[in-house]
Amino acid sequence: MSEIKYERKDLPKGILNIGLPLLLIGLVSLVLGYSIDPLRASFNNLIVLMFIISVGLGAIFMVALEYLAGAVWSVPFRRIAEYQGVLFLITPLLAIPVILSMHDMYHWTHESALAEDAILRGKEPYLNEPFFYLRSIIVFVVMALFYIIFRRNSAKQDITGNQKLTKINIVFSAPFMFLFAIGITILAIDYIMSLEPHWFSTIFGVYYFAGTFLSALAVLTLLVLKLNSKGVLVNGLRKDHYYSLGALMFAFTAFWGYIAFSQYMLIWYANVPEETFWFLPRMADGWEFLSIGLIFIHFIIPFGLLINRSSKMNPGRLKFVAYWILFAHLYDLYWLIIPTYNHASDSHGPILNWMELGSVALIAGLVMVVFYFAANKKNLIAIKDPKLERGMNFHL
Amino acid sequence: MSKKLFSLAAIFDKPNDIMHAADSIASDGYTKYDVNTPYPVHGMDGAMKLKPSRLGYFTISIGLTFMSLMLYFMYWVNNIDYPQVIGGKPFFPLPALVPILFEVTVLTGAVLTVVIMIVFFFKFPNNSHPLHDSDYIKDVSSDKYGLYIESDDPKFDLDKIKTRFKELGASRIDEIYWDEEEVKTVNRIMEPKFVIGLILIAGFTSFSAYMHLNKLLYITPFDWMMTQHKVSAQQKSDFFEDGFAMREPVMGSVARGFIPYAFKDDIQGAEQNLLNSLPATEENLKLGKKKYLTFCSPCHGDFGKGDSRLKGQFPNGPTIHSDKVVNWSDGMLYHVITVGQNSMPGYEKQINNKERWAIVHYIRTLQRAFNAEDGDLQ
Repeated sequence: MSEIKYERKDLPKGILNIGLPLLLIGLVSLVLGYSIDPLRASFNNLIVLMFIISVGLGAIFMVALEYLAGAVWSVPFRRIAEYQGVLFLITPLLAIPVILSMHDMYHWTHESALAEDAILRGKEPYLNEPFFYLRSIIVFVVMALFYIIFRRNSAKQDITGNQKLTKINIVFSAPFMFLFAIGITILAIDYIMSLEPHWFSTIFGVYYFAGTFLSALAVLTLLVLKLNSKGVLVNGLRKDHYYSLGALMFAFTAFWGYIAFSQYMLIWYANVPEETFWFLPRMADGWEFLSIGLIFIHFIIPFGLLINRSSKMNPGRLKFVAYWILFAHLYDLYWLIIPTYNHASDSHGPILNWMELGSVALIAGLVMVVFYFAANKKNLIAIKDPKLERGMNFHL
Repeated sequence: MSKKLFSLAAIFDKPNDIMHAADSIASDGYTKYDVNTPYPVHGMDGAMKLKPSRLGYFTISIGLTFMSLMLYFMYWVNNIDYPQVIGGKPFFPLPALVPILFEVTVLTGAVLTVVIMIVFFFKFPNNSHPLHDSDYIKDVSSDKYGLYIESDDPKFDLDKIKTRFKELGASRIDEIYWDEEEVKTVNRIMEPKFVIGLILIAGFTSFSAYMHLNKLLYITPFDWMMTQHKVSAQQKSDFFEDGFAMREPVMGSVARGFIPYAFKDDIQGAEQNLLNSLPATEENLKLGKKKYLTFCSPCHGDFGKGDSRLKGQFPNGPTIHSDKVVNWSDGMLYHVITVGQNSMPGYEKQINNKERWAIVHYIRTLQRAFNAEDGDLQ
């Protein structure tokens, strides 16, 4: 039924040629890191894990969002988001080292800490190791199941062209949204917030989600720009598509700023010691510059870069913003996680050496290589999707 | 009298036609033209070759201007006019101001953009336009697509445009004229009637808001108790010369139920003359015990052994089991409780007459308990 003629083309080799060396560098630095300074390596690995969850789970969210909202503009590159979602399936590999070094990172796993700390004892029904593993497994399995259902139905549609499959995916998207909200909150609380088990912030799940969707969008934008410039996506996407991707990134930049400010202002205003203590290490020992930098890097600069209409339509500038947002999310995770490393290792202030750079290489390599192998020799466009033609001709 | 032409309008039946028409008219170089469609047609701005709107810059500059004014206002309030510590925060609490600044930016940006648009472009309070009540506008607001070129376009030429519209496939071509009144009317924003009306509305609104907030809300239904003629604490009496509301009692007057202590400076007299007239009943002993534990035990100890629970913080009360105290008469004990001794203050004000005698009974009981005689157990 579709009039769009799609010819399957190979992915640009550049993705693999750059991705593989980066992945190797990342893996080598990871292994070296674990053998030289295991504590620091495990904290870095936690950053990698949370980043990959962001990029992968955020892409699955994007797919479900498109189905649920009946979006047309994103149909031509929904497949790319689907392949990007494969990154979520490899997260257990990254979670294993985190779980193996849990006792070094998560203070609440110690029996002795539990014995002398009434607050931790109070939180024990939730914060205990068996339940922690159980939650991680349940969240992973549920999200992965939904993802596999989306993928399978979408792939089946390429062959049969059955429009009911879109309907089925829409029906599955609704419960997915609900479970996603719970799941990502659990992941954020378990893996990041419980680094400081005394601290609590009810908005924390949303805070992580804001960065998650933002970074998933940024990766998606980069992949779309790359593949489209190589002519892999049929007729080519237009400025209208780029504009919409940029507008969504713009919206979620503002959303992140809103959530981050809400969290900070409520804690600042109430000024209660059991909440403010989390911010105190982030305002001393050189962290204060990073804290102020976070406002600029994660909110003000991308906001200013994206507010202009032409910056959303110009592929070059959009690419720059997407890289910037990925950097900002990494910076954000670093800011969330590393102060606990200071605490655990008696070091002071922000740390940066080859290990941190190695984890950046690992992230970049993983995204490129996993995407390459997930997407290679497959249809990069949902060729028989009923909305595809409208999506291709999408006008603002 | 010939009517003044406002524009030449063409009606098209299909969205593709209007896109093509808009594109062609824009390419012909007309500038004063517009397109009316019953719904937003995607890509129309491209077809009309419109430049990206600069409205955003306009709105943001209004918003940022008022944001800066608001920031200065809050600075002035918090630091210059009425500096006050609120919740232990600094005088210039930036995080608390951010939501206000944001709201002010959005509110002023949005409202003033609309107000300026209404006043300058819609020429408020004028409310008519040549297109009103024309067949053209009725069609384009239901199911047709329209395009019109204004007569003051520099390239306007009635016949040329008519043929052009026909080429482009217009299904109908209308000539739209100004109404006579519309041609004559000037912008009425400065008309006295309108300005006075605005002032009256503003005055009425302010007056009613003022009355409501400052008068109506403060009308109390019954405030007689609040406003009665009495002298409150810290107030001066206008009635008495010395300014006090209370009078001094007459010399030598005694409060009801209060007998002044006769042997205040006469310890000998107290020892010899005073006798305990209170019967040593169980009830009185219980009263004595209660008052003893309240007033005496903090220094003398629960059993009078001088083992005060305030040891080290106050001078330690001596034991009441010493020979000296055991041999005191009831009158002497009563005198010491009433007037005090050494660093012990008098308890005349706290413990009344009957209770003091009850304490004397209780002290005697304690002393007896620590030096019990053989027959006491029976």
